[in-house]
Amino acid sequence: MSHRELDDMLGTKWRKPRFVPNPYLRWTLTVGFIAYLIAAYMTIDVNWARVYEGLDRGAQFVLAFTKPDFVSRAGDIWSGLLESVVMTVAASVVGILISIPIGLGAARNIAPMPIYLICRGIVAISRALQEIIVAILLVAIFGFGPLAGFLTLSFATIGFLSKLLAEDIESMDKVQAEAIRASGARWMQWINYGVQPQVMPRLVGLSMYRIDINFRESAILGLVGAGGIGATLNTAFDRYEYDTAAAILLLIIGIVMALEYLSGIIRARVQ
Amino acid sequence: MLRLKKLVKTYKTGDQALKSIDLDVPKGQVLALIGPSGAGKSTMIRCINRLVEPTSGEILLDDVDLSKLGSGALRKARREMGMIFQEYALVERLTVMENVLSGRLGYVGFWRSFLRKYPQSDVDEAFRLLDRVGLLHMADKRADELSGGQRQRVGICRALIQNPKLLLVDEPTASLDPKTSRQIMRLITELCQERGLAAIINIHDVALAQMFVPRVVGLRFGEIVYDGLPTGLTPDKLTEIYGEEDWEATIEKVDDEDEIEAAE
Amino acid sequence: MPVLERNGGHEWRRRTTGESLIRWFGWLIGVAVFVVCWQRISEATTWFFVWDAPRIADDIWSRATPPRWEYITQLGRPIWDTINIATLGTIIALFLAVPVSFLAARNTTPSALFIRPIALLIIVSTRSINSLIWALLLIAIIGPGVFAGVIAIAIRSIGFCAKLLYEAIEEIDQSQVEAITATGASRWQVMAYGIVPQIMPAFAGIAVFRWDINIRESTVLGLVGAGGIGLQLSASLNVLAWPQVSLILLVILAAVVISEWVSAKVRGAII
Repeated sequence: MSHRELDDMLGTKWRKPRFVPNPYLRWTLTVGFIAYLIAAYMTIDVNWARVYEGLDRGAQFVLAFTKPDFVSRAGDIWSGLLESVVMTVAASVVGILISIPIGLGAARNIAPMPIYLICRGIVAISRALQEIIVAILLVAIFGFGPLAGFLTLSFATIGFLSKLLAEDIESMDKVQAEAIRASGARWMQWINYGVQPQVMPRLVGLSMYRIDINFRESAILGLVGAGGIGATLNTAFDRYEYDTAAAILLLIIGIVMALEYLSGIIRARVQ
Repeated sequence: MLRLKKLVKTYKTGDQALKSIDLDVPKGQVLALIGPSGAGKSTMIRCINRLVEPTSGEILLDDVDLSKLGSGALRKARREMGMIFQEYALVERLTVMENVLSGRLGYVGFWRSFLRKYPQSDVDEAFRLLDRVGLLHMADKRADELSGGQRQRVGICRALIQNPKLLLVDEPTASLDPKTSRQIMRLITELCQERGLAAIINIHDVALAQMFVPRVVGLRFGEIVYDGLPTGLTPDKLTEIYGEEDWEATIEKVDDEDEIEAAE
Repeated sequence: MPVLERNGGHEWRRRTTGESLIRWFGWLIGVAVFVVCWQRISEATTWFFVWDAPRIADDIWSRATPPRWEYITQLGRPIWDTINIATLGTIIALFLAVPVSFLAARNTTPSALFIRPIALLIIVSTRSINSLIWALLLIAIIGPGVFAGVIAIAIRSIGFCAKLLYEAIEEIDQSQVEAITATGASRWQVMAYGIVPQIMPAFAGIAVFRWDINIRESTVLGLVGAGGIGLQLSASLNVLAWPQVSLILLVILAAVVISEWVSAKVRGAII
């Protein structure tokens, strides 16, 4: 804004400067966005009569939460839940163990170029493919059962943890690591003394978070036959057994909350 | 105009920040509140406009007891008291103009303020104030683009556009360099004079206080231990307020700096 | 700490004997748990299929390549639906997440004793349950279709967005709020001037971040019948039309990469 004298400005209107200064661009964006919303809404094709009918069932479902039925399918719920937990534990252990070397390799400041590219490639593939799609492919290859689920979760864990671990290593304090290197340490010693202490708290925190995610994901792998509680849940919905479904959902929420609480304690301790 | 009677503030932790403060500020008087960190200076200022709830006692602004007001009446009373903060406390992601106009929030309704449709008289007053502090050309800059001294000037405009009777000033210079500190103190005292405003300036720099204000109040452990002219602050008095230290240098420095200022 | 007196000299060790025992024992239990989990997975697996896996994988690969390129003409509408599910779901979620987050943040909640726990419960329960499960549930209630997908994505995102947003609200600079309060502003004005400008960047970042995640999630919602490109995937899988499956996977991969690129660009522009 040019320097204007006070007298010129007195009596003139004041407006907040616009977020998009160019008026044509601003209007194009606004109109375009509204047009998109209308077009999107038109193509959704909501069957309101069906929705209205469904409200009853919705109310039933909400009511089911007040009297969840843990008993009548207790056997299915128990075995499904146990399978979910087993998959979560095994996949988290294997996934974390594999993601540490890959994370080291994917950190530009400690890995040589060829290794860096390979590790980043693995991370990119793992992140781009969704759990459920990987699970479909693995079920097709290995057959139904928890092995496919276990492999899916391990694979997803690698992408998630390696990327974040690598980013953490890349942003670490260089001086500390240099000091260890200056003492004449070998590469492994350097990692052990210069890098590990810096990234350990965050690695533990992220691992806990990933265990939490793995459990949540294990609940849906059953939908495509990869083991876990998802199959039981799907059956419950198919049979409109909302009280059983509510019981399963409550169990999932409960376990996730317990895991979050536990990870909060552990993270506070390692920091 | 402002009278504090037996003002007490005890925090939940049991710390007694203010122990029965009695203070009388007549119309148009600027006074400096000095004292060591933790003496209760900041608490006292915040008790007056009830950003901190006082435990007991009365705060009389033109014979209205602020400590007994309900939330609506308190908002009306807050309009009468402009506040200037240590770290400027500008809303950093709003423009300078929006920050200044936010001083009128107590006068305009929610939707008007939300849509930024302030009355033209408010807008004109904002322009005048910005011109007075030399920041008119910055009106549409975002507050976080400004330097410390400029931000404090905007903070002063925000307090003044409320059209207050009283300014509550909390460590206005603590985050500024010495030169800017003087400029800001001079600006505040000048503006108070122009508009006949009373002000309580909470400041830890004794020399700066002595330079600009006619009355100094010393606070120690929540009690008033000095109330008088700046020239009455002898080394003994300073020792009483702050504790043992060699005060000669501080007092001499005041004179030196006055000369430098005069020479400029 | 542990400097032991032994043989008349000092000996430094990293841990005392007791500490090492506890650590050793901890590792033992960890390994035992993993072995038990692995055994359960192994029992539930038909190992014959696993040994046969390389041949099957090779078989699938040869069937799936080359992708059936001309099938892409039929994917236009499903892709449009997928984008709509993600975008509309995100918008609805943001509208609902804002009030929830203000009720959940310690410094803005009207009542820390009654309302805050309810807001936190909404956040935890919507966050713990995967959008596929929400979709299953909604399909049981309001029937299959894009609308169920939109609502599933919206519900799943409420908790995620509200959690990040309320953390941002708790981290604001309180002195700016104080300054606005001191002018005599009302409660709503304090919110509009003191709090909202401070959380705006976080809000925009969260919105784009969640939109990116929602694009990924909405690509698979069709597997359970909630519209989008997942429906085509599911249909192709059911008839073992592998060339179509591989094309759809490529399209999903492209969508994921593009949405990640867009969200990175937008976030960069905001911050």
